[in-house]
Amino acid sequence: MQLRCCGASGCRSAGAEALRTALLSARDQLGGAAEAVSIKSVGCLRLCGRGPLVALDRPEPSGAEPACRTELYAELRPEQAADLLARATGRGDALAAQRLDSDHPFFALQKSVVLEGCGVVDPESIDDALSHGTYAQLRRVLLDVSPEQVREQVKRSGLRGRGGAGYPTGLKWDTVALQPPGPRYVVCNADEGDPGAFMDRSVLESDPHRLIEGLAIAAYAVGADQGFVYVRAEYPLAVERLRLALRQARSKGLLGAGIAGSGFHLRLEVRVGAGAYVCGEETALLASIQGQRGTPRPRPPFPAQAGLWGAPTLINNVETLASIPVILRQGGDWYAAIGTEGSKGTKVFALSGAVQRTGLVEVPMGTTLRTVVQTIGGGVPGGEGPDGGVKAVQTGGPSGGCIPAHLLDTPVDYESLRALGSMMGSGGLVVMGDSTSMPEVARHFMRFSVNESCGKCVPCRAGTVQLAQMLDRFVERRASLVDLERLEELCRMVGATSLCGLGQAAPNPVLSTLRYFRQEYQAACRDPVQCEPLDACLLKEGTR
Amino acid sequence: MTAPKLRFATVWLAGCSGCHMSFLDLDEWLFELAKHVDIVFSPVASDIKTYPEQVDVCLVEGAVANADNLDLALQLRQRTRLVISFGDCAVTGNVPALRNLWAEVDGGSRQSVLDRGYLELADRGAQHPHAPGIVPELLERVLPLHEVIPVDLFLPGCPPSAERIRACLEPLLRGERPELTGPDLLRFG
Amino acid sequence: MSVHTLTVDGEEVAVPAGATLLDAVRAAGAELPTLCHLDGLTPVGACRLCLVELEGSGKLQPACATAAGEGMAVLTQTPQLQAYRRMAVELFFAEGTHVCAFCVANGNCELQDVAVAVGMDHSRFPYQYPQRRVDASHPHFAIDHHRCILCTRCVRVCDEIEGAHVWDVANRGRECTIITGLDEPWGEVQACTSCGKCVDACPTGAIFRKDDTTAEKQTHRERPQLLRDAREKHQWQNQ
Repeated sequence: MQLRCCGASGCRSAGAEALRTALLSARDQLGGAAEAVSIKSVGCLRLCGRGPLVALDRPEPSGAEPACRTELYAELRPEQAADLLARATGRGDALAAQRLDSDHPFFALQKSVVLEGCGVVDPESIDDALSHGTYAQLRRVLLDVSPEQVREQVKRSGLRGRGGAGYPTGLKWDTVALQPPGPRYVVCNADEGDPGAFMDRSVLESDPHRLIEGLAIAAYAVGADQGFVYVRAEYPLAVERLRLALRQARSKGLLGAGIAGSGFHLRLEVRVGAGAYVCGEETALLASIQGQRGTPRPRPPFPAQAGLWGAPTLINNVETLASIPVILRQGGDWYAAIGTEGSKGTKVFALSGAVQRTGLVEVPMGTTLRTVVQTIGGGVPGGEGPDGGVKAVQTGGPSGGCIPAHLLDTPVDYESLRALGSMMGSGGLVVMGDSTSMPEVARHFMRFSVNESCGKCVPCRAGTVQLAQMLDRFVERRASLVDLERLEELCRMVGATSLCGLGQAAPNPVLSTLRYFRQEYQAACRDPVQCEPLDACLLKEGTR
Repeated sequence: MTAPKLRFATVWLAGCSGCHMSFLDLDEWLFELAKHVDIVFSPVASDIKTYPEQVDVCLVEGAVANADNLDLALQLRQRTRLVISFGDCAVTGNVPALRNLWAEVDGGSRQSVLDRGYLELADRGAQHPHAPGIVPELLERVLPLHEVIPVDLFLPGCPPSAERIRACLEPLLRGERPELTGPDLLRFG
Repeated sequence: MSVHTLTVDGEEVAVPAGATLLDAVRAAGAELPTLCHLDGLTPVGACRLCLVELEGSGKLQPACATAAGEGMAVLTQTPQLQAYRRMAVELFFAEGTHVCAFCVANGNCELQDVAVAVGMDHSRFPYQYPQRRVDASHPHFAIDHHRCILCTRCVRVCDEIEGAHVWDVANRGRECTIITGLDEPWGEVQACTSCGKCVDACPTGAIFRKDDTTAEKQTHRERPQLLRDAREKHQWQNQ
């Protein structure tokens, strides 16, 4: 019998630590059968909105299939520790009301690939990770597989970057690997900063060894012997667990010199960001790692050609790298069989906002938004109608857009979302109910961009400020039709001329809400100005 | 055949009147202008106190800084077919708008500038001017003309030179839209 | 020496390998406004005025920071680029406080010049009037941050040419500000050699000599390139 207690940030904020302490002391007090219950701290158990969560693994009577049944309990309080232990030892069922239906679509429709160890392994124990097969693929490729063969599998998998842009991962690896001889670096971008996004944090907090394994395999595949994980400082638990995992991996000989008896060396370090969203942009991130001001620079040259200290540098996002061990274990073709033609594999989403079930969701690419938001998420609490009270779904954070409810049947993949004027982004899905004002949503994200603009280029530094002020006029219902025209004009300019992705994508929340909710902007306009400007030609003779 | 004369006005809002001085620098061309226009309202060429109806062209000098400026701007827009922002104060706010730098500080720009001008720098008898109906209230922010009313043409410069003013007006008299390009006709300052 | 051949607005032009698109545009005799660019300093591509369109891709690239490549077809004056450039200049004017009338650089200001070049007769964007500082603590020079457009030419000239690295950028977004030393008064920064290169590099009247009053600023914007050529290619002025 085993109790797996979620110890990731979501459940921690709901009191997971106190619950676990209570469980440990209740087990000591109860003694007897309870002593046989192992209490394990694990990572995210997905339904973050109802933490603290605990999974109970109960062996079935001998001969039954499956041999072990898992029950999941939600919103547990420390004083319920004894009841939970009683259930574990087969005495009583006082917590039936808090037991979640494991067959509910929220769980049943998920497909765990990236998250397969998430909620299963103890993130602070490398022995537990090893017993679940972590690092097996690293050992195997170092001893038996050439870097070319590794890259071939990644290419076959069709994996695309999960940071948002969706660049083919295998292609990127090839580009770095095929640069002229010399030093190379690998970097994991764990600077997850989109509001409403917590996929990468969950992986770091729940299964850090999987990430290290993926990063080490990537380093081997491109010929790098040094790497960095760039994590934002706002993720203290993730930083702590990652650092611990790196120490453990070094002590087991899985990092450092001659890894697993091979001739491969790798030094990995954590770099903690200082709170700038723009450092998630790859060239800014590299500058920050080098100890410089975290501002982007024009590309080309791309980091794959000239990155850290001018050397070819591979930058991948957390979720991308965490997919690698599974791809190598199961083969690229296995992975490519999941998902859609252009977007292979699974995608992890952080579901939040006006939705009944908030949490972490991993589904095959191509799953419709409706499935994710309504079937899995349960729609808006108390929502009615065919769209369950959903007005729009925001994807991609401040770089993305709002997809209206009538397009909920869109499959989630890179191209479909882009065609709707949004983007995959890193995977934050924020659900908005009927009462949401779209100009306000646009202003919210624009203000975010104002605060997070690095200030290097003028369209982003000054353009976002002007856009936010124009949106004020719409929110306060004192705009004019001239404002509407100017708003669109400036959105196009900021999008087309900003230096980096942050500025280029900053107008997206405005443009997408204008596209689907234009009437809300029009309704915010007062009467057109009393006097329209007249053209000078009116002064011509005869027209007077 | 002589074309009917245009009804022409110039207005002086919050500015130093330098633009009007520059207008007077048109010298003998003013006679040429007078052949084509009737000056129906102007601080330098007319004694009419009320902005008339059905004006064809109006040069507006100065930013919008007080309640009188605002009233006049709104009125002239309604009564004028072609409004020209005349000089940097009308176009950008320029010097009169510098008090906007204090718009976000305690008390705001209006109070800050009045306190500075009438209390802190007064040699004796420091007091705020207060004459309702005579001394107009300052607006909290000084605005360029186009942020208050739609403007048809912009004639920057501090002041715009007489040549520049003429380059703007001559095409208008021919019923054409002036193209102000290049440093001689467009530069601020 | 290898050469790249490309077209600029349809004109064929050949430039040496390693040249930028801005070099190519100039070689073709076309005019492109710039603000953050200064010959002799590392390009940063920040002001976005020299953006050009690469025909075919439709992508906009900063000419100053993009290498010229064989067969490229560069467009410098599409209506869209012209509209974007004008908006960029309006944004520059609106975000600071630029009053040409009494500025030390009136008549010798690159911002004033680009406004003319892009035909900006007024700003459609409201002026922001941020409260910024004036630092006159240096014995010879002063900086009025209201006139600063954050081109970072002072930062680069001091770092790359003078080697003193007195200047840097602090904060982010609209709060960005050029700082001296560790954000100390300029006059107290011991690293400053008082060479005045920052005054010459400044495109506006932000950094100026205290002796100069309205419209009196004189600059020598060619000096960084001369110094670089002298050092790297041993091309001395008196030979």
